[in-house]
Amino acid sequence: MKKFGAIYRKELKYYFTSVTAYVTITVFLVLSGYFFFSIFRVYNLLSLQAIKNNDFSGNLNLIDGVMRPLMGNFSIILLILLPLLTMRLLAEERKQGTFELLLTYPVTDMAVVAGKYFSALTVYTVMLASTLLYPILLIIFTDPEIMPLVSGYLGLFLMGASFISIGTFFSATTSNQMVAGVATFGVTLLFLIIGWTAPFAGPTASAILSEFSILFHLDSFTKGIIDTRDISYYLFLSGFFFFLTLKSLESNRWKI
Amino acid sequence: MIRVNGLSRNYGLNKAVDNLTFDVAKGEVLGFLGPNGAGKTTTMKMLTCFLPPDSGSASIFGYDIVRDSMEVRKRIGYLPERSPLYSDMKVRDYLHFVGRLKGLAPPRLKSAVDNAVSGCGLESVFHSTIAKLSKGYQQRVGIAQAILHDPELLILDEPTIGLDPRQIIDIRQLIRNLGRDRTVILSSHILPEVNQVCDRVIIINKGKLVAVDSPDNLRERLRKSSVTRLSIGNSVPSGDITIALESIEGILLVSKEYDDGSISKYIIESEIDSDIRNAIIRKLVSEDIPLLEIYNEELSLEDIFIQLVTEEAPS
Ligand SMILES: Nc1ncnc2c1ncn2[C@@H]1O[C@H](COP(=O)(O)OP(=O)(O)OP(=O)(O)O)[C@@H](O)[C@H]1O
Ligand SMILES: [Mg+2]
Repeated sequence: MKKFGAIYRKELKYYFTSVTAYVTITVFLVLSGYFFFSIFRVYNLLSLQAIKNNDFSGNLNLIDGVMRPLMGNFSIILLILLPLLTMRLLAEERKQGTFELLLTYPVTDMAVVAGKYFSALTVYTVMLASTLLYPILLIIFTDPEIMPLVSGYLGLFLMGASFISIGTFFSATTSNQMVAGVATFGVTLLFLIIGWTAPFAGPTASAILSEFSILFHLDSFTKGIIDTRDISYYLFLSGFFFFLTLKSLESNRWKI
Repeated sequence: MIRVNGLSRNYGLNKAVDNLTFDVAKGEVLGFLGPNGAGKTTTMKMLTCFLPPDSGSASIFGYDIVRDSMEVRKRIGYLPERSPLYSDMKVRDYLHFVGRLKGLAPPRLKSAVDNAVSGCGLESVFHSTIAKLSKGYQQRVGIAQAILHDPELLILDEPTIGLDPRQIIDIRQLIRNLGRDRTVILSSHILPEVNQVCDRVIIINKGKLVAVDSPDNLRERLRKSSVTRLSIGNSVPSGDITIALESIEGILLVSKEYDDGSISKYIIESEIDSDIRNAIIRKLVSEDIPLLEIYNEELSLEDIFIQLVTEEAPS
């Protein structure tokens, strides 16, 4: 546990002293801010029109009109930013040769992987928390439902956690950060778009495809529904790739 | 006490380490000598539990390197070949980080870091970023992280490679100090280094063990004939000198190396284990030949090394 703490703190310190964290967080804030205000403007126009035409039949509440599209956009930004956050974690150790030294210290693989994983997860949490500004503005100036906001953020957190787990795994398999980043991007993108093909598949295939889709599971969170199935999907995805990362470190000690 | 038994490791078809067996006694400084690609690094990677052996076994202080890897890792300090470090960290932060990974907690951690820093002469760069240090200082940081938890066994892979002569002398002195109360295994292909620092030498080539012995014994074992060099004043015809020398019992070959009219130099090969210097002096004095200089040539470890390796290599 102490050794986990040492690795965790070292990685976190790297994120914040090498400005990686600040750049990523700033980019995320700027992009999500842009999306927030443009979506909010569209929503404003729509509601003005609705008032003019006296037609309130549309989907006009702040959650459906603003927060849900916003969170959908968040997932796209995360898809690009999170691999940049995780690609260095173990690939750089392999490249520098410090990996060899690290594995000859009396440290469990678990402490190494967990330290790396949770440091990236912490940066992501800070990143996500900084965007709370937007829903807070909504709460100050309007009167949205709170529950979908809370569950939406929980969904985003869980989704990011699984992206980071996938990213940590690919970082453990190569000494090339670019390769780790691109592989992570490819796989998370695959999980994201798998749902898009669902409508065109047969009923069973469609159900299976959407079960695998990252967006499908995010959707109910943004509606304010906290379903154990969605939670377990993300936890399983994170856990599975965390396990693969452990195995990848362990494989160095396997006889071949 | 370290026991290595039939240790082997292949990379594909390439036998990097081939059935290596040797022991290291407690407190010994063992030199691992071999040309490039001999398998020194591969052996060290196995002993430090980074690379599993394909076959054979090794135990370090009674712990098996595969089954009890965690116990082994607690007891060794390792400096890998290129002394890899986190170059973006400060020396201080780096050593504290490594100390924690080695299980040292604050009160002991601080004294351990202080000891390593003074032992390796790192005081002046304690607050510097590793990337900005000279290669010699980076090497010291690498050694400092290895000795941090005061391990019983130090494994140093080519600790002086890439250093300037001044730094090499410093690092060797440091290793000698460290070797006083610990077991040290160090690899090198610089022979004088092994000669200066080690109690015992293991020579390997192409993954196979070629010889294990103390530097002195190796020298003894390999001396097929001893060589004596003479300088003589030219007051006597050189034919007479040669005849006089060849008449001494035990001398195999006399050859003139150099002659400038006033001084001539001879190389004399004689049977092993017979010091013929005294006989030569007596003979020359009795013949009234002026002897200016006489000395026995020691076979350098470099020569031994070349002999061993070329003898063993099937060519
Ligand atoms: N990761 C690897 N993959 C494939 N072959 C390797 C690998 N590492 C070493 N080898 C091969 O194993 C053999 C032994 O290499 P090793 O690095 O142990 O030699 P060495 O004695 O340390 O040499 P040097 O003095 O150059 O450091 C060499 O033939 C080398 O090419
Ligand atoms: Mg080597």
